[in-house]
Amino acid sequence: MSEASPKFVRLRPRSFGDAARRAWRERREAAVKWLFFAAAFSSILITLGIVCFLFSESIPFFRNVSLREFLTATEWSPRDEDHPRFGILTLAAATFTTTAIALAVAIPIGTVVALYLSEFAPHLVRESLKPALELLSAVPTVVYGYFAIQFVAPILRWFRPELPDYSMLSAGLVMGIMIIPYISSLSEDAMRSVPMLLREGSYALGANRVITALRVVVPSAFSGIGAAYILGISRAIGETMIVAVAAGNQSLFTFNPLNAAQTITAYIAQASKGDTAHGGIAYQSRFAAGLMLFLMTIAFNLIGYWLRRRYHKAN
Amino acid sequence: MQALTDVNRLIALRKWQDRAFIAVGAGCTALGVLALAALLIKLAVDGLPFISYRFLTSRPSELFPDSAGILTPIIGTLAVVVVTFFAAVPLGVATAVYLEEYARKNWLTDLIEINISNLAGVPSITFGLLGYWFFCTLLGLKPVVFVGGLTLAILVLPIIIVTTREALRTIPSSIREAAYAAGATKWQVIRYHLLPYSLGGILTGTIIALSRAIGETAPLIALGAGGFVPDPPPGPLSSRFPFINFAWLQKPFMALPTLMFNWTDNPNVMFRQKAAAIGLVLIVLTLSLNAVAIVIRYRIRKRIKW
Repeated sequence: MSEASPKFVRLRPRSFGDAARRAWRERREAAVKWLFFAAAFSSILITLGIVCFLFSESIPFFRNVSLREFLTATEWSPRDEDHPRFGILTLAAATFTTTAIALAVAIPIGTVVALYLSEFAPHLVRESLKPALELLSAVPTVVYGYFAIQFVAPILRWFRPELPDYSMLSAGLVMGIMIIPYISSLSEDAMRSVPMLLREGSYALGANRVITALRVVVPSAFSGIGAAYILGISRAIGETMIVAVAAGNQSLFTFNPLNAAQTITAYIAQASKGDTAHGGIAYQSRFAAGLMLFLMTIAFNLIGYWLRRRYHKAN
Repeated sequence: MQALTDVNRLIALRKWQDRAFIAVGAGCTALGVLALAALLIKLAVDGLPFISYRFLTSRPSELFPDSAGILTPIIGTLAVVVVTFFAAVPLGVATAVYLEEYARKNWLTDLIEINISNLAGVPSITFGLLGYWFFCTLLGLKPVVFVGGLTLAILVLPIIIVTTREALRTIPSSIREAAYAAGATKWQVIRYHLLPYSLGGILTGTIIALSRAIGETAPLIALGAGGFVPDPPPGPLSSRFPFINFAWLQKPFMALPTLMFNWTDNPNVMFRQKAAAIGLVLIVLTLSLNAVAIVIRYRIRKRIKW
């Protein structure tokens, strides 16, 4: 028996209206796509803008100050009318010292916290303490600055009465506290994504939790932990308000944490606060310092990006 | 027999190692929480006596610490954050949607990704210098409310992009495929499915971004907005026809963190104590915003099971 083969029935004849509607729809889709692309592309424009202004505003500075002096002199006195000196090493030394102190606090504590939360802590403890620690990075940094001079510095003075009110030590310690959650949170994510199988294999060989954590989890999560450290370094170099408030704003070439000194960021803040005449060399030095800062952080940012990517690929 | 005691001793040692590490780990974690507690207590002790209705509603002063209040910076911060919100959220969400839904794997996408990751790590003070160069040097503007808001918007953009992308990524592709199968176009899928479903994530990111914008000091100082401004920008409502005006966008402003910075190194003790009061206001604001974000994130994670 032969049934009529099923036919597709056009319920409504295709009309001019449909074609117009489709054309409009397609145009709308294309427009939306371009709009989204423009938004994404604007972030590149922002970076281009940063690079552009840092270089263009620094060029007049380097016409007056030789690159050699900038990179080798150990004196920074932009306000000196007769003999202004621009040795970025002075500021870089303070940036280095405060960063080193901060990392000496944040890396050990952050890593141990991450190991504890990821490998040892009961579920409830982790779920409540991780957000609590993350609040440490939500505190406005100017508040940390106040905390450094009004709370940490007096406590440090119990141990070393000769410590000045403003010192790189108190600023660096508080900066370390601020950076702990950056390191602990990212490292913990990396450690948690290590497959359970690896841990079970280690237990099966008779290892305890500490040895499993240190010999199996840490090496497997290495790129993620490394990315966390790099982020911490970059944050410490770029942190402004804690050092501007608590490190003393004294341009002094020193690596001694008990001294007051001025970091690159603190100098930019100080120079921006005072009304430096537009176009003067002190005004331009802000941008030269900013360029130095940008070059230092971009290196770490790119290493961090590469490590994060490796860690995402591995998972 | 000798071997057995050795093994037992070894087991005891290993167990002891575990317990010791738990003690150290819990101690370090407690140290972090204690630091936060110490910060809060210190600010409360120093600042709470000064918090009063009068303090919150009177204008600041450079000369009279007794009567100085923080009305101007409260309104200033609010105005700047409103600008930041309207600039950063559309741009950030659109960027995230492009990267997750449209972008092909090519060098341009890679470049945008590297770039955003780099922007997230650029020191905040650099954005202040950028804003100063672009708005004040190139365009000849003063560091007014909308200039400050846009500068902070650049700063918080990566936060919004990252959280929105995470939210979009958790939506299973079956949702998209079902919508396409029903004849929806890409924009319709985004408009009626992806954006509504990722609203919680976007909201979390926005709140965290705004709390960051409230607390940022360095970019505003680099922008030149760190000075003393006695009067707050005018309100947006007016009595005549459109009933809304945008004059406030073009007024100089003072924000809470910049005033706190100025008062922190003021020679007058009373100003320094009032700096603690501002710090308390700031920290209560930012921590409660973050707490709200944490709660939203937690509830989303609990409720949505795809």
